[in-house]
Amino acid sequence: MKTDFQSIILNLQRYWAEQGCVILQPYDMEVGAGTFHPATTLRALGPDRIWNAAYVQPSRRPTDGRYGENPNRLQHYYQFQTIMKPSPANSQELYLGSLEAIGLDVYAHDIRFVEDDWESPTLGAWGLGWEVWCDGMEVSQFTYFQQVGGIECSPVPLELTYGLERLAMFIQGIDDVYQLDWNGVPKDKGGKRYGDIFHRAEVEFSGWNFEIASTQMLLRHFEDAETECQRLLEADKSLPAYDQCMKASHLFNLLDARGVISVTERQSFIGRVRTLAKGCCEAWIAAPASSEGQAG
Amino acid sequence: MASLFVELSSEEIPARMQKAAILALETGLVSALKDRGFTPNATKTAISPRHMAVEIDGLADRLADRLEEKRGPRTSAPQQAIEGFCQSAGITQEALEVRNTDKGEFYFAVSSITGSVLSECIGDMLQTIIEKFPWPKSQRWAETSLSWVRPLRSISVAIDGVPLTGALQLSERHILAYQAEVTGHPFYSKQPVTISDFASYLADMRTASVIVCHTERRTEIIRQLEQCANEKGLVLVSDDGLLDEICGLVEWPQAICGQIDDSFMSLPSEVLITSMRVHQKFFALKAKESDTAAPFFITVANRRADDNTTDLIKTGNERVLRARLSDAAFFWDQDKAKPLDAYLPLLANVTFYEGLGSVRDKADRLSALATIIAPACGAEPAIAGRAALLAKADLVTDMVGEFPELQGIMGGYYARQHDEDSAISDAITQHYRPQGPNDDIPKSPAGLAVALADKIDTLVGFFGVGAKPTGSRDPYALRRAALGILRMIDEADLDIDLAAIFAEAAVRYGFDRVDDELAGFMQDRLKVSLRDSGISYDIAESVMSDVDDSTANLRWQIRLAGHLQQYLHTEAGSKLLAGYRRISSILASETKKQDISKIPLDINADYFEAEAETGLYQAIQTLPAYQRGDQGMLAQQLDALAALQIQIDRFFDDVIVNHETAEIRENRLALLMVAESHFKQIAAFDQIESIR
Repeated sequence: MKTDFQSIILNLQRYWAEQGCVILQPYDMEVGAGTFHPATTLRALGPDRIWNAAYVQPSRRPTDGRYGENPNRLQHYYQFQTIMKPSPANSQELYLGSLEAIGLDVYAHDIRFVEDDWESPTLGAWGLGWEVWCDGMEVSQFTYFQQVGGIECSPVPLELTYGLERLAMFIQGIDDVYQLDWNGVPKDKGGKRYGDIFHRAEVEFSGWNFEIASTQMLLRHFEDAETECQRLLEADKSLPAYDQCMKASHLFNLLDARGVISVTERQSFIGRVRTLAKGCCEAWIAAPASSEGQAG
Repeated sequence: MASLFVELSSEEIPARMQKAAILALETGLVSALKDRGFTPNATKTAISPRHMAVEIDGLADRLADRLEEKRGPRTSAPQQAIEGFCQSAGITQEALEVRNTDKGEFYFAVSSITGSVLSECIGDMLQTIIEKFPWPKSQRWAETSLSWVRPLRSISVAIDGVPLTGALQLSERHILAYQAEVTGHPFYSKQPVTISDFASYLADMRTASVIVCHTERRTEIIRQLEQCANEKGLVLVSDDGLLDEICGLVEWPQAICGQIDDSFMSLPSEVLITSMRVHQKFFALKAKESDTAAPFFITVANRRADDNTTDLIKTGNERVLRARLSDAAFFWDQDKAKPLDAYLPLLANVTFYEGLGSVRDKADRLSALATIIAPACGAEPAIAGRAALLAKADLVTDMVGEFPELQGIMGGYYARQHDEDSAISDAITQHYRPQGPNDDIPKSPAGLAVALADKIDTLVGFFGVGAKPTGSRDPYALRRAALGILRMIDEADLDIDLAAIFAEAAVRYGFDRVDDELAGFMQDRLKVSLRDSGISYDIAESVMSDVDDSTANLRWQIRLAGHLQQYLHTEAGSKLLAGYRRISSILASETKKQDISKIPLDINADYFEAEAETGLYQAIQTLPAYQRGDQGMLAQQLDALAALQIQIDRFFDDVIVNHETAEIRENRLALLMVAESHFKQIAAFDQIESIR
């Protein structure tokens, strides 16, 4: 089985497609995690009784940038996200099946489910579940959502999040993310490693995140996004409003990386984003089913 | 007699919740059965990450039928009342019985209650227990309205080994039917286990690669860990907390020993051990009679493993550990590149507590206090002061940021790296001690001085801004700080005037004075600590002090309590108490009659009539001079007071206190009051159980 980075993604997509999931493409905005994609945040709530989807989501964590010098930390990385609502009765078995599908023999390794409750203060969301360990390496987050945007999830969705780089490093048996084989082709035939593609971006973005980004501009954009989100909520436009909410959340992360947010301000920023997220979720579920296309 | 077996299978229950959960299931079932009139006796329980099982013996299959009587209205009552009664009792008027009682003629409703059948009521009981189960956190799943810690996979019930049919209601529309079979280990046991009784369940689950019994699993893990250690000629770094956690994470333990890369062995052992425990849940090994970590770890996998899988799992874990330890090594290199002094300015950004300044401010206060305390601890003031100044610097290092439990320890290492005096680095290492009842106090004099200064500064500061412990809430661990101070005073035998140091600490915060309640708080802690060290309650009470400067000599209170605990159980001790009892009881009864405190205490020998009076008086005159705080004097004084019993007995045998002449009576009372005061200056003997 091919274990280069892109084959792992392709195999995961194929596997979850076979389980009946809608395979989506990444959301075209900067987000901190796959959970922010409206396919998870909003669809965890709302009129679809059944909603199964899977997608890759590039995720940006400005504070995790290390100028390309740390073999395990990136400010931009990939998550593979599966959401299944209602959570299937055999969700653990389905998950283990997905590991098999990318060449990880769960019958040969030591797989453990270690308690890890998930909470997103900015999304007003929480759930219970585990981190999944494979031979001591955390390879996924496994969460049964209970609330999103402060609203009870019913039915309860299952969220699976795979840290793709980590998983690929485990499968390829390497210690340095930049050495990951991306496309499984010899170098002289155009074979690329992760570092060939992303190392420069890590260096440049770390500089921007930590040193160069104009904090005044970021702050202004945060306030603009917040205002626009509220305006859109008043106009009952939950999806565009949620775009602005995601923007505000990412701008907050950038401000955080620039080190200009004090401990007390931090709480207040998180509270402001949460208010937006709650508003969006409420507007989303309040919309009449007809505007939803074919619900349920 | 029937036995009831209940099995619940779920997805992985968090390790930390398992012990309480199985107890709650057991007690829930037992009390529900009792409520319905059953009389459960022996219970057996077992819990693993995915399974909980309880068996309860000694149950009746069905309870005997019984009659229930309800008295209704008088036969002469209005028809409306009678009809009302019939309705509430669910019976027709014709079926009522009429009975004569000593209060008149009444209607009675007599109904026969059919005894509960175990198999019929178990479903309701389980439904209620599961719905109200006390999980610290629980969740819904799929379309359930029921919550459980993680999704419930199956529920099985058997009576006398025979599976019961039934169902658990998950929501209005969904049920989970009772299963006659459960599945074993999720990865390689596809063979289901048929439910019958507890013993065969445990045996069959074992075949299906699950050791359900937690104690059995724990013993097995210990056995394997020790075997691994033995094979390497090493010993395990014992860690009960980790052992409990692992026991709650695996159903089929398989200890696998891996190797730590040589390149990481220059890291401090504490860093290796902590990183392995916190991030990887690995056990560490060390050479016998050494504290230095050996280059091996043990992970406990959750599966049966052959040589191939063992190798695979070992390699995987070694690789993860390399990544973890690379982080740790990076922190270590970064941190030790700078001397501790360089971190001091950064402490200004760390708030110690709202209203109590930054940790940088604290460092200055500590330095001043430790300098003052040093001589009492036998430490060089300059050494203690410098150690105290640097003691908190490691809080802003990367390593302590990652592993807060290494605070102090890292500071000690970094101080050593930059050639601080070893007395300084040792003091930094030790200054958080004692961290609990099982932790030692600092060994070095300067360590004691800094540890005391730290705890005193914390107590005075938090009390000063009103952040005091209330009830069971003590978020800043002030009780632990106070106990630490007491243990250091006791175990290092420190002669220290705590009241004076508290005052010094208050000055450094800029407070007008030490908070009024702090002295009483210390006395309360002293009482607790005395009782924890085996001093009986009454003796602890007897050495309590209610004077304002009660913190001045805590050491003496501890010594006195220890001495009295021994002494009062000896023959001499019982004489002392006997003598005191006679004096104090007569004075107590006199107090009820008159205000004896007005009686002048100068005794006039001319008023003595009996020889016994003179005898007691002379004996008191010759009592040794006593001063609190002198252990030798205490022993002498106690013996002298015990010897006084002869005179006291003679006095009460020969003399009637209540003489008709007031002067003579008051002179006698004065004599007794003076005698009593000699007892009281040692301890409040009226608190002793046999006196009260």
